Amino acid sequence: MSADRENSGNEAEVRGGKSAVATSPGRLVELYGKMVLVRAFEDACQRAFRQGKIGGYLHVYTGQEAVATGFLEAFRKGDRVITGYRDHAHALLLGCDPGEVMAELFGKRTGLVKGKGGSMHLFDVERGFMGGYGIVGGHIPLGVGIAYALRYEGTDGICQLYLGDGAINNGAFHEAANLAGLWGRDGMCPCFFIVENNQYGMGTSVERATAMTDLAAKFNSYAIGNEKVDGMDLEAVIECAERVAEQVRETGRPYAVEAVTYRIAPHGAADFFEKYRTKEEVEKWRARDPIGILEKKLLERDALDEEKIEEIKDEARQRVSEAVKYADESEEPPMEELYTDVYAGEDEYMGTR
Amino acid sequence: MAETKTYREALREAMVHEMDRDESVVLLGEDIGVYGGTHLITDGLYDQYGPKRVIDTPISENGFTGAAIGMAMMGMRPIVEMMTWNFSFLAADQIIQNAAKVRYFSGGQVKVPLVIRGPNGGGVQLSAQHTHSLESFYGHFPGLKVVAPVTPNDAKGMMLTAIRDDNPVIFLEAGALYGTRGEVEDGDNAVPFGKARVAREGSDVTLIAYGRQVNLCLRAADTLEEEDGVSAEVIDLRSLRPFDEDAIVESVKKTHRAVAVQEQWRWFGVASEVAAIIQDKAFDYLDAPVERVSGAEVPAPYARNLELAAFPSERAVANAARRVLYMEEK
Repeated sequence: MSADRENSGNEAEVRGGKSAVATSPGRLVELYGKMVLVRAFEDACQRAFRQGKIGGYLHVYTGQEAVATGFLEAFRKGDRVITGYRDHAHALLLGCDPGEVMAELFGKRTGLVKGKGGSMHLFDVERGFMGGYGIVGGHIPLGVGIAYALRYEGTDGICQLYLGDGAINNGAFHEAANLAGLWGRDGMCPCFFIVENNQYGMGTSVERATAMTDLAAKFNSYAIGNEKVDGMDLEAVIECAERVAEQVRETGRPYAVEAVTYRIAPHGAADFFEKYRTKEEVEKWRARDPIGILEKKLLERDALDEEKIEEIKDEARQRVSEAVKYADESEEPPMEELYTDVYAGEDEYMGTR
Repeated sequence: MAETKTYREALREAMVHEMDRDESVVLLGEDIGVYGGTHLITDGLYDQYGPKRVIDTPISENGFTGAAIGMAMMGMRPIVEMMTWNFSFLAADQIIQNAAKVRYFSGGQVKVPLVIRGPNGGGVQLSAQHTHSLESFYGHFPGLKVVAPVTPNDAKGMMLTAIRDDNPVIFLEAGALYGTRGEVEDGDNAVPFGKARVAREGSDVTLIAYGRQVNLCLRAADTLEEEDGVSAEVIDLRSLRPFDEDAIVESVKKTHRAVAVQEQWRWFGVASEVAAIIQDKAFDYLDAPVERVSGAEVPAPYARNLELAAFPSERAVANAARRVLYMEEK
């Protein structure tokens, strides 16, 4: 449990890199490239949404890149990841092809889930990605069950369970956290809760949505160790992720980290007016853009120069434009797909067509 | 070989059969372990299989049902006990939004081999919040299978099938009949889903039901035979999704008259679906409009006399049969 809680609220309480080995400059540059790719992908999504090529809802990850990038550095083969509807980054960072992800958003047969899920339901079970889910908090119990199953099978895998600040007020969260705490006593719940506190559940701020705003501390009620990390600082996230993942893997007990971050982009691509927050506030957080922070650090350390930065950004834009092209040119799902994947087994469909 | 066993024992036997065979089968639910199960279905299993396979949960249906779905997505075969199906409303988000849909919205990447079981319906004076029949509620959702065995033999055989199924199965037990006895086949008597059972052969009218209403229909059929010389056929649907349309159509082609019986409310119920299927597939064989016998459109009352009045009675079924036979005015 976090020893010191005097900084409750949204100020990150960053632990020093006690045991972690510092990430090498080369690796940080690679991760910088991944964050830039995620940003470029999300920018392209927003454009495509406005062009009417993406339907439904679209929730982008802009501003939060360091969170998934950093925590997934601790991902090992055999682990699982589950998250809510802001799931593009998780899929991309787990190695899903940007073209397939974009094709899913475009509703094409080449999409990650054959055009049946869209933005909110990306899955890649082979890569350990157990999916994105559209009901706030509804996936949290699933993640706890996944963690139980990993131990039941006798593996040392862990489940990285991402949830937003909005989900933490939901009954499913409290019920699942209680189960995780209980099962963890017997070493049966290697669940790594990652609260992506981006300050808003849709348009309602954390302060206006939750009675006690220290989200990490909510886990105290369930005997789950917890801490906060500055979710804008990739290096801090990586340090935390590796240390915590190791501990969860070893003990089979859950642990929670509140990553304090900010959704620079609107909630959804249709959230045009942003009446719930000020331009000044967004600007303030933009100054802490995780990509900008990392860029600055890497420049200072001579791990990057302006030329290399442009090269990385160009490469990302190139990959994303190829992804858009692939999505654009792919076919729509065939009509036969309407009735497949409802049931597993011989009786693929039951009922009236 | 077959032995006489209670419905309760038959269910337990099926779970033991599968737990012995397959380590991925685990149980979750409120008081199913140390306490022995509120309805004693899981009595003794905690000692037999230990706390990692017989998991006592807190009173939090949404949480443990969701966790079971997560386990199932990983290849385990959890069986969740709803202390009563009424409590499943608390887990409805998990059952409907995740269990039923995740295979589809993952593009077929996951399976959910999950059984959710427990007593359905009423009949023991538990009043409004503990008396509810959920067959049409869950039967509405593609992605779920919904079954409702009434005999002990079916309770065992259909539970075996449910546990082996790769899909989420809503297993609606005839809760009021846990103590009733019947012949149960030894060993593996797996009963396939989607096959109705002719519970009684007859030639003049078809009575169609599922769950404990089947027994009501059997008694009504005896009355009709004794009092009116009418030969009623009784069809036990057993499984509501998948649904055995052919069995109903075949029977109606023979009898030309049908009564659909359900404990639940009339509006939007299974009996309405039965009536629609008959008019769709056997219209030309009908000699009378299909009658529906349903529960009264009220929350279940507590008082014994009112509760009895709120559910279909043997008399109501017999009278409906007489009406479709034009022996009585509508």
